[in-house]
Amino acid sequence: MNLLPLMWAGLFRRRTRTVLTLFSIIVAFLLFGLLRSIANAFAGGIDVAGVDRLIVQPKYSVIDPLPISHLNVIRTVAGVASATHADWFGGFYQERRNFFPKYPVRPDEWFQAYPEYQIDPAQLRAFETTRTGVVAPAELAVRFGWSIGDKIPIEADIYPQRDGNRLWEFDLVGTYEGRASGLTPTEFLMNYDYFDEARQFGQGEVGWFVVRVEDPAKAAEVASAIDAQFANSSNETRTATEAEFQRQFANQIGDIGLMMGGILAAVFFTIVLLTGNTMAQAFRERIPELAVLKTLGFSDARVALLVLGEAVLLCVVGGALGLGIMALLANGVAQAIKDIVPEFELIWQTVAAGLLIAAVMGVLVGAVPATTARRLRIVDALRER
Amino acid sequence: MLSQVREITLMNLRNLPSRLGSSSVIVVGIAGVVCVLVSILAMATGFRAALESTGAPDRAIVLRGGSGGELSSGMSEENVRIVAAMDGIATSSGELYTIADVPKRSSGTPANLVVRGVEPSAFAIRAELTIVAGRNFEPGKRELIAGRRAVDEFTGIDLDAPIRFRDSDWQIVGIFESNGDAHESEVWGDVKVAQAAFRRTGGVSTIRVRLTDPAVLEGLAARIDADPRLDLQIQSEQAFYGNQSSRLSSIITGFGYLVAVIMAIGAVFAALNTMYSAVTLRTVEIATLRAIGFGGMPVVVSVLIEALVLALLGGAVGALVSYVVFNGVTISTLNSGSFSQVAFDFAVTPALLTQGIIWAVALGFVGGLFPAVRAARLPITVALRGE
Repeated sequence: MNLLPLMWAGLFRRRTRTVLTLFSIIVAFLLFGLLRSIANAFAGGIDVAGVDRLIVQPKYSVIDPLPISHLNVIRTVAGVASATHADWFGGFYQERRNFFPKYPVRPDEWFQAYPEYQIDPAQLRAFETTRTGVVAPAELAVRFGWSIGDKIPIEADIYPQRDGNRLWEFDLVGTYEGRASGLTPTEFLMNYDYFDEARQFGQGEVGWFVVRVEDPAKAAEVASAIDAQFANSSNETRTATEAEFQRQFANQIGDIGLMMGGILAAVFFTIVLLTGNTMAQAFRERIPELAVLKTLGFSDARVALLVLGEAVLLCVVGGALGLGIMALLANGVAQAIKDIVPEFELIWQTVAAGLLIAAVMGVLVGAVPATTARRLRIVDALRER
Repeated sequence: MLSQVREITLMNLRNLPSRLGSSSVIVVGIAGVVCVLVSILAMATGFRAALESTGAPDRAIVLRGGSGGELSSGMSEENVRIVAAMDGIATSSGELYTIADVPKRSSGTPANLVVRGVEPSAFAIRAELTIVAGRNFEPGKRELIAGRRAVDEFTGIDLDAPIRFRDSDWQIVGIFESNGDAHESEVWGDVKVAQAAFRRTGGVSTIRVRLTDPAVLEGLAARIDADPRLDLQIQSEQAFYGNQSSRLSSIITGFGYLVAVIMAIGAVFAALNTMYSAVTLRTVEIATLRAIGFGGMPVVVSVLIEALVLALLGGAVGALVSYVVFNGVTISTLNSGSFSQVAFDFAVTPALLTQGIIWAVALGFVGGLFPAVRAARLPITVALRGE
């Protein structure tokens, strides 16, 4: 135990070098956190909440509409617990760059399909009963400074109103949130009934269906059963789990994400290599000092442990600081790159893996000097000065 | 003084090989920064180039008022006739823009392929488009021609291959090239046939026009605005494609700089470390030089030059690696502006290479300056005594 202060003193013997090395390690692990999170987002494996949800889309193109009458058929398919529908409204708030998805939905059914979204029951009732009512994710409301009761104008780019007016005015009647552990929801929700009645064209059509299955293990069978219902009709469907659709969407963005992940991986290993080289060099310069310790009666093992401990300490502290800084930056980064990497999030597994790698790196970097230190013969080492 | 600088610098550079291990840290570190910076920016540059080259100064696109892209735009055929007859428009083509889910070759999962229905005049408007294999589609038939990049990126988009959309089967009869622009990621067919097949009879998405002169655009825009029959907007193709690419390219660029800055910080620390130890190792040597009459300034300059030489070497290596590995490599991504796959080539341009070298020099300067100053400041007597 009493080696720790000595390690600390050893590290700060050459303060400049230690601080510089530390910063390199911090940077390396900052990048590690960044690249792992990106890779995770592309693997699409973060959110397991949607395992019992299927998405029913048009078979040939995401922009083809589906008739709402499909819903009644879907509900009769064996294994389907409940089903609802949604649509893509498009449009924008104030400026085109203020992008967020806007879905016309059935309020009660939507929140049953997404039980992880939390909404105040009174606000949900207001949403159901107010024709022009909308609910927004709490985060979105904060971003644009909306409060309940506000009128929210949305400029449509796909669906003008019957009279050709492109400006829709909605009343904000509530806000909702995701579970603390899940992803933050982004969808601005409006009443399908009102939307369908007021839009200029497309009555009775929807964009896609959201289906909950009774048994997630049978999701694939239910999906094919749904598609079989509409096979060879003029509105064929393509059904898959929500996670699968997320993966497919990530694949569409695909190459860019892979490319960035690859570049970052190369970068991380370069920095680790450089840092290891620097640290190994630093130890070589301190060999005479270690001989002095041995002269003072430190055993071979203790000297070796001291050297190894210093390396591990430096790497782990650097790794922890780097990952810590990444954690502080994570939200900002997620906002900035959400168009390319839709589900960027720093998860604890990444942090744990990072710390483990930092420790392993410390052992690898320290192993050679530690062995040298253990075998060191005092006379030889002191003569080197 | 100059001769002193030269002498010390040459001495430093001559014994560089003996410090190969530690010096390579600077080279590799800075090479990494430059390689990453240049490569990511080359991605943004290539993407922008692909979209911007789709537009020409004497061409314009007419969209429905309020719509930001071809997909959300729509208008009646009467609107097309009104616009086509306006003064200043040489040729026009009412076009249907839609998207089909076709599996991407790289992932096997469905991705958005643009299916564009065009009038025969579209080929007069876009003179750069040439059929390189097979033949053009015949009006009235369910035939398509596919862009060269669409063939590369999508499964089943091949010459003479059949392709199925909702309610209709088509045949790909030709492959076209178009200067590597965004159209090469699309498939084209006859607009009349497409309207019927895609349940869009009586309307189109946009109108592409060739102007009699680029200068007439402003007047045309005013007349379209003033016409009570039309709820349309006209913009130059260049402005349109500039907008389409700006979002993604600025995100990639921003991301590139973010990563490069983080890495640069790491590389500077590595460079500082190396130069500090280089200076420390030569404390006695430097002090000896000072003692026999060399000034402080030459010492500073010589250490700086050493750092800069190493940095330049690193920069050159990084830029070269980026050029060799990435230049011309084709990737494809979902462009949020058009909601479709756009394939493009990395463009490692001379400007990017220059920028990379400038970064390398700047990093080398920062990494060398502080150690250089320390070397010069050390009192001679202390330094000579060794540690």
